[in-house]
Amino acid sequence: MDTLRFITCGSVDDGKSTLIGRLLYETKLIFEDQLEALQADSKKFGTQGERLDFALLVDGLQAEREQKITIDVAYRFFTTPRRRFIVADTPGHEQYTRNMATGASTAQAAVLLIDARKGVLTQTKRHSRIVSMLGIRHVVLAVNKMDLVGWSQLVFDEIELAYRRFAQDLGFDTITAIPLSALDGHNVVEPGNSAMPWYSGPSLLQWLETVEPEKPEVERPFSMPVQWVNRPNLDFRGFSGRIGSGSVKPGDSVRISPSGISSRVKEIAVWGGAKAGAFAGDSVTVVLEDEVDASRGDVIAAASDPIEASDQFEADLLWMSEHVMLPGRPYAALIHSKSAGISVTHIKHHLDINTGAHLAAKTLSLNEIATVNVSFDRAVPFAPYSDNKRLGAFIVIDKLTNETVGAGMIRFALRRAVNVHWQALEVTKVARAEMKHQQACCLWFTGLSGSGKSTIANLLEKRLHADGRHTYILDGDNIRHGLNRDLGFTEEDRVENIRRVGEVAKLLVDAGLIVIVAFISPYRAERQLARGLFASGEFVEVFVDTPLEECERRDVKGLYAKARRGELKNFTGIDSDYEAPLAPEIHLDTVGTRPESCVDRIVRLLDFSAHPFD
Amino acid sequence: MSDAIFSELESESIEIIREVAATAAKPVMLYSIGKDSSVMLRLAQKAFYPGPIPFPLMHIDTGWKFREMIAFRDRTAKQVGFRLITYTNPRGAAEGIGPITHGSAYHTDVMKTEALKQALDLYGFDVAFGGARRDEEKSRAKERIFSFRAPGHRWEPKAQRPELWNLYNTRINPGETIRVFPLSNWTEADIWQYIRQENISIVPLYFAGERPVVKRYGQWILVDDERLPLEPGEKPEIRSVRFRTLGCYPLTAGIESYATTLDEVVAEILGATTSERQGRVIDHDGAGSMERKKQEGYF
Repeated sequence: MDTLRFITCGSVDDGKSTLIGRLLYETKLIFEDQLEALQADSKKFGTQGERLDFALLVDGLQAEREQKITIDVAYRFFTTPRRRFIVADTPGHEQYTRNMATGASTAQAAVLLIDARKGVLTQTKRHSRIVSMLGIRHVVLAVNKMDLVGWSQLVFDEIELAYRRFAQDLGFDTITAIPLSALDGHNVVEPGNSAMPWYSGPSLLQWLETVEPEKPEVERPFSMPVQWVNRPNLDFRGFSGRIGSGSVKPGDSVRISPSGISSRVKEIAVWGGAKAGAFAGDSVTVVLEDEVDASRGDVIAAASDPIEASDQFEADLLWMSEHVMLPGRPYAALIHSKSAGISVTHIKHHLDINTGAHLAAKTLSLNEIATVNVSFDRAVPFAPYSDNKRLGAFIVIDKLTNETVGAGMIRFALRRAVNVHWQALEVTKVARAEMKHQQACCLWFTGLSGSGKSTIANLLEKRLHADGRHTYILDGDNIRHGLNRDLGFTEEDRVENIRRVGEVAKLLVDAGLIVIVAFISPYRAERQLARGLFASGEFVEVFVDTPLEECERRDVKGLYAKARRGELKNFTGIDSDYEAPLAPEIHLDTVGTRPESCVDRIVRLLDFSAHPFD
Repeated sequence: MSDAIFSELESESIEIIREVAATAAKPVMLYSIGKDSSVMLRLAQKAFYPGPIPFPLMHIDTGWKFREMIAFRDRTAKQVGFRLITYTNPRGAAEGIGPITHGSAYHTDVMKTEALKQALDLYGFDVAFGGARRDEEKSRAKERIFSFRAPGHRWEPKAQRPELWNLYNTRINPGETIRVFPLSNWTEADIWQYIRQENISIVPLYFAGERPVVKRYGQWILVDDERLPLEPGEKPEIRSVRFRTLGCYPLTAGIESYATTLDEVVAEILGATTSERQGRVIDHDGAGSMERKKQEGYF
């Protein structure tokens, strides 16, 4: 007996939860004590008066029962003599679309509920597109609440026609429309009823028991992402993973991607001994004949059909975060077992969920779907999602919060990263920065000793680092102890000091880095000199504006006290001038402002993202 | 029922267990000694075969488990050869907190929920496996396989991470933890049939036997030791009972049964008309009680 995973989805109040409750009830999956609880709950929360409210069987969260809506996907299980079922009951509300996609990603069939009184709604279309995008090919149009339209064949036929017209481009293999009443149970389990003599098709359960979703991964050549390298001792080395496609047996020739190394399968090690063969979906441990190197995220595949690797793809992307997706921003990604950095380099078009129209977009918001170009920070073994879900699906993760913010499906590679000779390119500053997914620049912090330059610079670097930026700080301490240790604090030496720092910063920007310089740099002329070393827009002067009295009050290093006692000569602000910038790009007033807020401000004002396609 | 289902369920669970081993800094498997834990243990053995299980198992001992459970636990740890950690809330033990004197809710809160949080913090475990199944209870049905917990072990049901395909996001910030449920998609019937198919050893209390019991809340409570105070006029009687779930003995009711073999037990389960949680006193505390407990950090 096999298992069918399906989802139920549709608009708010279409009766999804009621339908599943009814299925569980009719297939005798409700125990007596659960029925007792249901009777009590129906009285307390129910929307069906004296009748049992089956929706309460599935709406398990307190907030759902109170608001009488479904928020999150619920998984339910039932078994008939013919099949075992896992139902993902998914929410209808638009704001919970990501939970609906969660349910749909592992489903083989979809039951789309439609309220017979309302017909095909926006939400029906949205869900249909997500279901289609995630690769579900068999859909039931469950036209519910037929009792409320007088069991009218005309109403049913119109809805079916409208839906078929809408769905013709969605790539479904079968669409089956069934008129039913979840509340009364008509056409849910038993087919045929006197109220609808005009309908002679299957009941919903009959359809679920007989639909045959194709399993393309079974027919395809062998592939298995390495999930874990099993090396308990020096005598055993196996590659553990779940087979993504095809089958494997001892003696088979395999090739590892992306390394391209070949070997043969020596053994399929499973509990209780070796196995003669294993198939798509099986979790196994493969032992190879040669001492070859492979690690988590590599893919072992049939040598005749090796898996390609690439770092640039066209993909469909569903955005699932309240924070908008910005092209160029670095995110983390997980594709089969491979972790990598990822950024969207270009939004090709944003899909209008209602009309299917392709729209231009600069960003992606919550629940929006787009076709995009993505760039991984390394080559990843892959297959198109339509061929091999396991090798073509990826998730996008926010690097700071670690939230899952996007779901992606690879269409095809934009270029082949391995086994192809690259055309020699001149490696430029822009190319180096682009590889780091950023724009190189120099942030030049100037201000009195003790004004907070280093504190803010260090915090800023931490923030940029967390965002995946490649940075370097040049400050008085790390430069004056090495490169500039031959320099003192006379005016000439100060000028030379700044000249050298400016030149070093220029080289680092040329290497593609975001360079943060934190120097008192008291003279306008030298700052101007430094600015002149950079291309326009690359040099950002940040004035850390803290009044002398405040710096002297803080006196973190006790330098002001020394200077006042005359023990330090040429100390800026005491016996050497500080020329405040006249028009800095960023002016930070630190009195009464936390360093973190200063960093926020800088990050808000500047855009470090690369925009190669704009 | 053919092997195909088990191969699918088993492969999914093994994938989940391996994913944790591959990504977690310091994982632990919560081991409650019950039938689900026994299945989870077998799946972990299979996941890492021929190597050993690369993480410890931890039992939160409330001090009120059936004696046969403790004996079984120690025997199994020795036979399988896993590293076993046992932990009891020292405050609760010092104050003598128990289900009879302090009530089931308070006992569970201190000796299970609080104890678990203490133990996870003490050892610095970042990922903990649990044997919970989605078919057990309504709020469980809504939970992700990789269930993210905010600092303080809080579950926020309205802010669960989307969990698509078999791609599990295991990234966390310091102070955050993840509970992982490899048996999410198993049903009670699956568990029993798998135990039979794999011949997995389980605590003898799951089989019917002549045991001293008293009738409470209309159910049979085992007189497991002298700590169970008898009500006036209450007299232990010998009945043939077995247990469908195992927990703290005063909170776990048995049912009358003569099923002494796995086949007989499975036959009874498949024909059952009540859910297994009926024998758990904890769920009757009020609607949504499990969700509330889980938000507070209960497994």
